[in-house]
Amino acid sequence: MKAKEMTKKHTSTIGKRKPANIIFNLFNYSILSFLTILCLYPLLHVLFASVSDPTELIAHRGLLLKPLGFTLSGYQLVFKDNSILIGFRNTLVYVGLGTLLNMMFTIMGAFTLSRKDLLLKKPIMLFITITMFFSGGLIPWFLLMKDIGLYNNIWAMVLPTALNTWNMIILRTGLQSLPYDLEEAAIIDGASQAKILTRVILPLSKPVLAVIFLYYVVGNWNSWFNAMVLLKDRSLYPLQLLLKEILVMNDTSMSSVGSAGGVSINSVQGATAYRELVKYCVTVIVTAPILCVYPFLQKYFVKGVMVGSIKG
Amino acid sequence: MSKLKYSPLPFRTALKKDLKKNYFAYLLILPVIVWYFIFCYGPMWGITIAFKDFKPLLGFAESQWVGFKHFVDFITGPYFLRTVRNTFMLNIWGLAFGFTSPILLALLLNEVKSIKFKKIVQTITYMPHFISLIVICGLLHIFTQSGGILTQLVSFVTGTEHASLLGYSQYFRPIYTFSDIWQNVGWNSIIYLSAMSSIDPGLYEAAEIDGAGRLRKMWHITLPQIRPTIIILFIFAMGGMMASGHEKIILLYNSLTYETADVIASYVYRRGLQEASYSFATAVGLFSSVINFLLLWITNSISRKFSDISVF
Repeated sequence: MKAKEMTKKHTSTIGKRKPANIIFNLFNYSILSFLTILCLYPLLHVLFASVSDPTELIAHRGLLLKPLGFTLSGYQLVFKDNSILIGFRNTLVYVGLGTLLNMMFTIMGAFTLSRKDLLLKKPIMLFITITMFFSGGLIPWFLLMKDIGLYNNIWAMVLPTALNTWNMIILRTGLQSLPYDLEEAAIIDGASQAKILTRVILPLSKPVLAVIFLYYVVGNWNSWFNAMVLLKDRSLYPLQLLLKEILVMNDTSMSSVGSAGGVSINSVQGATAYRELVKYCVTVIVTAPILCVYPFLQKYFVKGVMVGSIKG
Repeated sequence: MSKLKYSPLPFRTALKKDLKKNYFAYLLILPVIVWYFIFCYGPMWGITIAFKDFKPLLGFAESQWVGFKHFVDFITGPYFLRTVRNTFMLNIWGLAFGFTSPILLALLLNEVKSIKFKKIVQTITYMPHFISLIVICGLLHIFTQSGGILTQLVSFVTGTEHASLLGYSQYFRPIYTFSDIWQNVGWNSIIYLSAMSSIDPGLYEAAEIDGAGRLRKMWHITLPQIRPTIIILFIFAMGGMMASGHEKIILLYNSLTYETADVIASYVYRRGLQEASYSFATAVGLFSSVINFLLLWITNSISRKFSDISVF
């Protein structure tokens, strides 16, 4: 509230109609508008391209300000592709199970570290902080994962990333800021520590829990590196890794494109054009879920940065 | 630890009492500690293979000790200069453009009077932060392929036809750096904006009475007021220098651009995971971690000496 009032005060003094002010505003608004368009355009380009007519699209030069024609055949091809569907299912499993583990571990760690009277809190904190500055590096990590069996199975996708120190610190900061009176009242009523955690602390800290929950969901949804390094069977690949093959390595083996039912493509050029179209479609499919919910959850995401920065 | 000194009980008795009283909290954090032990400290133990000639068949313990052989091999090898130079150059680009642009954006946003306009700009510029790296790099591949929209732009500006831009080593650094800015400039400005919102408006009023215009107020009030935030983030940026972005580099580079794109981290990945030279890659990784920590420590010490701001 205080910050809001202050910005109001500050902005009220800068609105005076002096020529210098007007020029300044003109520049400022133009630069910001340009930047905004720059951030938005690539996304719109992909969206428009994904529903465009593929042969027109491949011949098109310059900006794409509206779809060229309209077709959903690219999406049809994608949703008929078996490996994409399996990838989608895998991603859902990894995000679901992964986030569940994330939340459990983070709550367990943050709850303990937010206690006031633990004798061993400082050594434990040191034990954790050290890992933020030192790590064993990629190769020893990889060899260890292989050694302990976290290779080419679902656990390899969720256990190594079960905890994020940064998120745990955000949650701990949130828990520390809860009023102690409520907890005290619960203690007087004879509540056990477990009851205090589940009945008092967790319900009160829903906003911070929402923040780290969202961070974990987005992180798990977008994750691919561990999958690339630790998975061997294609049947275990998450969506992002399939996307990597299609977009980055330009792998066209997903060319059910040539044969998929419903759309018949009978020329080489046609197949190339459809391959391009499919790239746009998978991009939209992988990105849309997050970007569609993001505007409604923006305040939670931003809040995380604020809470984190207090400690940082 | 200072608390212990004044505790009337000997440490052992105090600890016993504490464990009994807070058994629930300790029980909860136990799995978390085990997790850190396995996934963070386990790989640290594996660093020893940097000084061995690790053979997977022999295992960690049986492999032969070779001392600093791998380090010497790396430093005297043909790729030492290239990878070190590329690592530093990419980071210098990152500091010059990537680090400064969120500060500029925050300064501009801070001067915007219309709340609605500000909200729109913020919502849209934060958005790319949530897009997965795979999609970002996929978009870069699409936009920079021959005939892609960025390729057309570069061809137009330079007046010569270009093939895929990712095949030219001179374009790698700009592509890498500016796509990074595109993705993160909005998100990274949040922390500066929050620092700006707590500046005392009295300072601006006083400056106005002295006849300061908006640019002057920006320079003499806003910037100095957010200096601590800038310095802390700078220290972290220095600390993350060597480690940064190997995932993105792996997605963007190819043998045509190794000359400017191959950094220490991507070299570790290639030698270690693709060519299975485990010991050598671990040694290279350890070399970069040591440099990394030195950089963090030096920046931190300099900052502590001259500005009293430090992260540890």
